[in-house]
Amino acid sequence: MSVADLTFLALLSPFLGAIVAPLLTRILGHNAAWVLALVPVAIFLHFTGFSAEIARGEVVTGGYAWLPSFNVSFSWLVDGLSLTFILLISGIGALIVLYSGGYLKGHPHQGRFFSFLLMFMGSMLGLVASDSFLMLFVFWELTSITSFLLIGFDHQREAARRAALQALVVTGGGGLLLLAGLILLWNISGINQFSLLTAFAPQVKASPFYLAALILVLGGAFTKSAQFPFHFWLPNAMEAPTPVSAYLHSATMVKAGVYLVMRLYPVMGGTAEWQIILPVFGGATLVIGALLAVRQTDLKLMLAYTTVSSLGLLVLLTGFGAPYAIEAAALYLVAHSLFKGALFMVAGCIDHETGTRDVTRLGGLRSAMPLTFAIALASAASMGGLPPFFGFLAKEEVYTALSAFDGRAITFAALVVVGNALMFSAAFAVALKPFIGKRVETPKAAHEAPVLLWLGPAVLALAGLAAAFLSGTVHTLISSPMASAIAGEARAVAISLEPHVGMPLMLSVLTVVLGIGFYLGLARLRAGIAAVLAAIGWGPDRGFDQVMRGLVRLSSAVTRRLQNGRLDTYMTATFALLAVVLIAPPFLYGELARAPVFPQDIPLHELAIMAIAVIGLVAVVLAQDRLTAIVSLGIQGFSVAVIFLLYGAPDLAFTQFMIETLAVVILALVMTRLKLSPSDRRPLRETLPDAAIALACGLGATLLLLKVTEAPFDTTLSDFFNHYAKTIAHGANVVNVIIVDFRGTDTLGEIAVVMIAALAILSLVRLRAGSLRRIADNDPDAEEASR
Amino acid sequence: MRSLILRTVAPLIVGLMVLFSIFVLLRGHNEPGGGFIGGLIAVAALSIYGIAFGVETVRRAIVFHPLSIAGAGLLLATLSGLLSMVFHVPFMTGLWVYPVILGEEVPLSSVMTFDIGVYLVVVGAVTSVALSLEERGED
Amino acid sequence: MEPVFALLTGIFLTIAIYLMMSKFIIRMLIGVAILGNAVNLLIFTSGRIMREVPPVIGPGLDVPAGPVANPLPQALILTAIVISFSFFAFLLVLSWRAYSTLGTDNTDEMRVAEPDDAPLPPLGY
Repeated sequence: MSVADLTFLALLSPFLGAIVAPLLTRILGHNAAWVLALVPVAIFLHFTGFSAEIARGEVVTGGYAWLPSFNVSFSWLVDGLSLTFILLISGIGALIVLYSGGYLKGHPHQGRFFSFLLMFMGSMLGLVASDSFLMLFVFWELTSITSFLLIGFDHQREAARRAALQALVVTGGGGLLLLAGLILLWNISGINQFSLLTAFAPQVKASPFYLAALILVLGGAFTKSAQFPFHFWLPNAMEAPTPVSAYLHSATMVKAGVYLVMRLYPVMGGTAEWQIILPVFGGATLVIGALLAVRQTDLKLMLAYTTVSSLGLLVLLTGFGAPYAIEAAALYLVAHSLFKGALFMVAGCIDHETGTRDVTRLGGLRSAMPLTFAIALASAASMGGLPPFFGFLAKEEVYTALSAFDGRAITFAALVVVGNALMFSAAFAVALKPFIGKRVETPKAAHEAPVLLWLGPAVLALAGLAAAFLSGTVHTLISSPMASAIAGEARAVAISLEPHVGMPLMLSVLTVVLGIGFYLGLARLRAGIAAVLAAIGWGPDRGFDQVMRGLVRLSSAVTRRLQNGRLDTYMTATFALLAVVLIAPPFLYGELARAPVFPQDIPLHELAIMAIAVIGLVAVVLAQDRLTAIVSLGIQGFSVAVIFLLYGAPDLAFTQFMIETLAVVILALVMTRLKLSPSDRRPLRETLPDAAIALACGLGATLLLLKVTEAPFDTTLSDFFNHYAKTIAHGANVVNVIIVDFRGTDTLGEIAVVMIAALAILSLVRLRAGSLRRIADNDPDAEEASR
Repeated sequence: MRSLILRTVAPLIVGLMVLFSIFVLLRGHNEPGGGFIGGLIAVAALSIYGIAFGVETVRRAIVFHPLSIAGAGLLLATLSGLLSMVFHVPFMTGLWVYPVILGEEVPLSSVMTFDIGVYLVVVGAVTSVALSLEERGED
Repeated sequence: MEPVFALLTGIFLTIAIYLMMSKFIIRMLIGVAILGNAVNLLIFTSGRIMREVPPVIGPGLDVPAGPVANPLPQALILTAIVISFSFFAFLLVLSWRAYSTLGTDNTDEMRVAEPDDAPLPPLGY
């Protein structure tokens, strides 16, 4: 097996795991987590094998042709950026699988949960490994769908259903924008693979469609990465079980938008538009997210809003365009995944062990859960940017990028300092508040979490510590290749724990001081923000509800207008259109038939039979009672039969005679059984438009036929049948030979239709009255009850 | 309709009509006629029989359920088409044999059996419809 | 001869469509039956009209002796007649069933599937 095949297998394996997960869980219970975690571990190990190549600055590509005619391939691209993402997804994924084993222990649908989780993992891996645009889009939407399934996992609660639908609508809708953007890029450059696109960067930036493509692509990225004003779905997504929040909504999926922005940086980045849109939206998201975070009292919601805030910071950095900004984004992304994943899992532990995650109802847990407390503190320190954690390095690099003395840098530096300080206070509100102070009564008696629950956060917290001490190795293997991949040129990250005095350190200190201040005044801050929000009174979250309701109302109003349930409306519309189709084109294209030449030598009996047919037709329309109508129907039918007979079609004539007889007989049989209201005449105001439409159709058909028949007749087919009926098919009656021999397969289909119609009629006749009445009620509940 | 005159002549008319329908069916390949027309004549015959003697009598007279007759016809038509597969020619290719029966050369073909299938489908399906509607009229 | 047939077809089609736009099922059914004839005439006319000579090859000949009526439209129409009869019968039984269940043959009053006062779809989640 070649490396490419193994890579393909690695990308496929989560989906295979998803298939066996339910069965495995039925056999092993929650311990299935240990087996299932092997899948991400194997993926992690496989891709670690590429790290030496990647560190040398090479990229690994591979793939298979998918739609060769459209030049679309299933191909992957592993460079510093995607490798980091893949390692985070698979590494944290393994820990999350274990954590879910403990968190959902004994849940009746744990197997289904594992299945969804692995499906998500596969989609996310595919997303970051994709080289081709379409593959990226498919996986992008797959993450939205699996996220929908995971958020709505607890589908019996309305809040979960709403959050799931909201996430799907926002991120899935954004995905469509992304598709449009990618297709635009494809059109501009003629390239649909990221690995080849970089060479076309000047062309893309110079294109008149650059701004449109940028806005569309960012529409996808900003919805996925919860940038203001699309941030509202992410806190609501906390309805999902905690492993999902830790995995999808902090460490991986929400970073897909950031990933996309980073991936396109060498192609689209660096322009004025880029450096305005990204920092402005990122900065707004950073501050608004942080403010909303400290306002919350629910542990998970606080973390969710700080995630929004961090994503804002990442977008800001990617768009900022100063030296070290890309390096800072790379470092902060890794650090954030480590500490935020850990903190979410800690929040889950607290919730799991105490039965609440309201920070005001928690306190003094340090003696009951010392290990959890230690993990929480370590992660919060990393999040707050305190040494000696990896978060500190990231924050130093962020401030290095922002420490310049122009107005733009100072403005954004101030924003980031405030945002970080608020995040600092939120981090310690989560990691400190529940553990210190007096012991507070909780719904469940708290004790230390089981190994499956603390293993994941512990590993992540330790990784945050180790990465800081081994920063040299981490930079060589992860940070520098990642920064190089984003920037599209070689970059080396050098920051370490060694003391260095300067502007960044001062900003760090300022952040910590401010953060401690916010932490101490948290209650007042919370009340203040709540008051401001109450004064605004409206947010995108409520707007979403209004939009959804409006959509339902609008669509039912449109439906009611177009499909009003009246058959005659549909009929009128159909035939009006038919009239237009028949009448308009000949006039539009000047293809009217010449004035017809009526033959003068028509024998009297032929004219008479046609006149009888017309009289029969008129009588049908004018008939006052139904029996007259039926008899008149017979008259026109028999006249047609005679016409067939006169014009060389005896087979048709006989068939028509028999059929008309039978039709009149069964019509009479049925009609005598209907007790119909005596008057079914149309009022004049309906008659006139109907008659006009009918006349237009008839006129159109006449014109069409005149035009068709004035052209010379192509006798190829008729000659063929006439020539070969006897010589090949041994039959003298050409019509019959066509039916049973030349076109026998058609006839076979037609007698099958006759048979089916007879079956349908028989079953309709045999239906008992009672069964029909049940259908007529059209109320499934009543039907259910009557059984 | 229990008219004495009708009931007297009906068996004769019906017998003649059914015979005529088969005649029309078999001559169809060379003269006007064929499975569709023949089938419809037979249906007309059975309808007259039904009007004279009631639906139950017709059902007894034709022994099989009308839809079974139609189904058999469809099967026969399909098999006539499939027969050509045995001789490695495309589906629905006409196959002819000319056995000499009683000193007379009789052309037989898969085309003819196909037409008989069409006849049976039309007889069965339309009779089924007519009978079930008449039946409802009686109760 | 074709212009006469074109006119005749137009009249058939006009009457058929006028009847089909009625509110009453029985009239619509009659319209459907006439529509079948109208379309058959349309096909018949498009294949050109030829008086009195059916497409039958005389005994002892391999091809028709002289010009004959076009056999192809005839073959098409022959099966079309039988099929449109099957559908006519089906529609007839269907409307009879609808009548015996709903007690009306006015399509405006047949509102089981799309009731006039249908409530809004649920607005919640």
